[in-house]
Amino acid sequence: MMPRIDVITGNDAAAWGARLSRVEVIAAYPITPQTTIVETLSKWVDTGEMKAKFITVESEHSAMAAIIGASAAGARAFTATSSHGFFYMFEMISWAVGARVPVVMAVVDRAMAPPWNIWADWNDALAARDLGWIMFFASNNQEVLDTIIQAYKIAEDKNVLLPAMVCLEGFVLSHTTMPVTIHDQEKVDEYLPPYEPPHYVVNPKIAEPLTYGNILFPWDYAKVRLAIQKSMDNAVAVIKKASQEFKEIFGTWHGDLIKEYKTDNAEYLIISMGTVAEEAEAVVDKLREKGMKIGAIKVRAFRPFPKQDIVKAIKDVSKVFVVDRDISFGYGGILAGEVKAVFHDNNIDVPVKEAILGIGGDEILPEHIEKFVLENR
Amino acid sequence: MAKTILDEVIEAREYLLPGHTACPGCGSALALRWVLKALGKDTILVIPASCSSVYQGIYPSSAINVFIFNVAFASAAAVASGISQALEAKGYKDVNVVVWGGDGGLVDIGFATVSGAAERNENILVICYDNEAYMNTGIQRSGSTPPGAITTTTPLGKIVGFKKPAPFIWLLHGVPYVATANVAYPLDLYQKVKKASKIRGFKYIHIFSPCPPGWRFDDSKTIEVAKLAVETGYWILWEAENIGGKIRFSLSPPSKPYIDPAKRKPIEEFLKLQKRFARFTEESINKIKEFIDYQWFLVKKFLEEK
Amino acid sequence: MSEEHLLLPISKPKIGAGGKTGTWRVFRPMIDESQCTKCYQCWMYCPEGAIIVGKRGDYPKINYDYCKGCLICYEVCPVKAISKIREG
Repeated sequence: MMPRIDVITGNDAAAWGARLSRVEVIAAYPITPQTTIVETLSKWVDTGEMKAKFITVESEHSAMAAIIGASAAGARAFTATSSHGFFYMFEMISWAVGARVPVVMAVVDRAMAPPWNIWADWNDALAARDLGWIMFFASNNQEVLDTIIQAYKIAEDKNVLLPAMVCLEGFVLSHTTMPVTIHDQEKVDEYLPPYEPPHYVVNPKIAEPLTYGNILFPWDYAKVRLAIQKSMDNAVAVIKKASQEFKEIFGTWHGDLIKEYKTDNAEYLIISMGTVAEEAEAVVDKLREKGMKIGAIKVRAFRPFPKQDIVKAIKDVSKVFVVDRDISFGYGGILAGEVKAVFHDNNIDVPVKEAILGIGGDEILPEHIEKFVLENR
Repeated sequence: MAKTILDEVIEAREYLLPGHTACPGCGSALALRWVLKALGKDTILVIPASCSSVYQGIYPSSAINVFIFNVAFASAAAVASGISQALEAKGYKDVNVVVWGGDGGLVDIGFATVSGAAERNENILVICYDNEAYMNTGIQRSGSTPPGAITTTTPLGKIVGFKKPAPFIWLLHGVPYVATANVAYPLDLYQKVKKASKIRGFKYIHIFSPCPPGWRFDDSKTIEVAKLAVETGYWILWEAENIGGKIRFSLSPPSKPYIDPAKRKPIEEFLKLQKRFARFTEESINKIKEFIDYQWFLVKKFLEEK
Repeated sequence: MSEEHLLLPISKPKIGAGGKTGTWRVFRPMIDESQCTKCYQCWMYCPEGAIIVGKRGDYPKINYDYCKGCLICYEVCPVKAISKIREG
């Protein structure tokens, strides 16, 4: 059977990712610009095109709570949210990590209020960077669909067992149509088998009673938290393997933890994420034509942060430009801060210039990035 | 000889294991013991932050011999919804998915969550043990604290606020089954839990659960306090089934006599046993009487509709 | 990869999860079988499950390893067959 190509929005792509992954339980609450993910999934579930339970919860906090419960009971579970919904569910986003449930969430990145702003920046998702979720930032709609499927494979891997989020910028991807290959269900089934919890399941019909999460003393708690860090460490190799396998079966490649673009003989690098990374590639092409030896790195996985991959990609670079679509008030660009720390830890004595662009959905054009690079090189 | 209810409950297995760390005389522990006897082994308890989160015991041991999924304070009914839907999606039947929480987690911070699950008619049993304050964090007032009661956040007695009539609120959501219970009447509680567990959809049971340190009475008086609550008409035992939009509402036998105010013991007998009412004024006594009258007004309204 | 990454906060049911809670006792309740009518109220109201009734017709027996001495049983016994003494 030929896979079909549809011209669809990023939100539709996210819904397809969940559908092809055969998610069994969805719980979600609408919020602009995520709503069409929820609406599409509702339609498919109600018409029977998709065999899943859709819990129309009364809040985002309950959405994450419900899918934590569903995953603990052994079901593959999905939700999606954005900005204020993300922050309202924040307690439960953290809970999912401690509960070690491999759920996947699509985060349609949107700015925080007040004042109200429905357009894109990364400050919502990045606020959760310390919690223990695997975090992907997608650059185009194909990547959204593909990464959701890969996210389940990675999250459910017995060496990981942590929740994963796939972030896509609001309106820029969520509501913009692009041609996307909707993969064959059979091929996806081959890549992603049904979820069988290897660690624990809350179901008295198939397991002996256990109590999850009662009080621990500090010395035991530290060990449990260290286990999460170890799983994150394991995730690096698992992400690479999952991305490579995906390429072999489906033919699409978005990078694994990073995606390098014309970095081979680069003297300068632009590092960014999401759609900004694709803009950066356009800038690289233009500046290369003008004779500048410049390349780009897309940080695809923000967590686990691709420390070693970035270190390897630096090679003979003399200056790095980081574009953040976020700000950590009182500090600066979040991605830039992490890159600088990686350089320091690895004795990479390369200056890092940071730009903060596109806050609150302000348009980022290649000209802006080009100007930033040329003025600072 | 025919098997009586007493035979049945003696034979029913114990799932609350000795060695839990609840306070001596704890109403909640006693209630949980009976709830689990009624539910049996195919049970998952979803427990939000509460006394029972603590008295389960400390890792790596648990005092409860059924599944427990400990969850964040406000989230219990939503987590239970997810578990229930997942088990159904995977074809598992006859598993009791039960929220076991206090008045804090179910009447206050988790209120919207319970309301959402009730409105969706999730196939879960939500059981609230009402010890009328946030006991686990050290006796602070809740929306379920009665007027006049002393708590650490109402040190002169609760002046602001009423007692949320939680079970009636869930009844008005149109759910299949709502009941109240009381630790002094364990067989009534046992039978209500058994009945609820056989019904499909959202079920709610609200259990009067005296707390010796929180209400300030001697550990040994838990049952006396609980009985007086019923005998003064303060706590009303009832159950209601919603069958096709018609509510079949009935008073449980222990509460039947007290529909007649003349039969009720004076509320002062209940109040004077508990030092949390030590600062009682005439105003707060009147407020409690008002609360009792209000509840009986609602009960009579529901009884009228036959 | 070793299993360290999967150290989970999972506890198993166990009698005595909080230790031998019988050590909490200040007063010890004692059932006088010669007075006991086997109404089983004491067994019904014990929050610990520390009063054991094997089968209908057995005398209730207190498990002193776990009896916290709340004395609910002492209060509810309708024939006052339960006495209390201070633990020495």
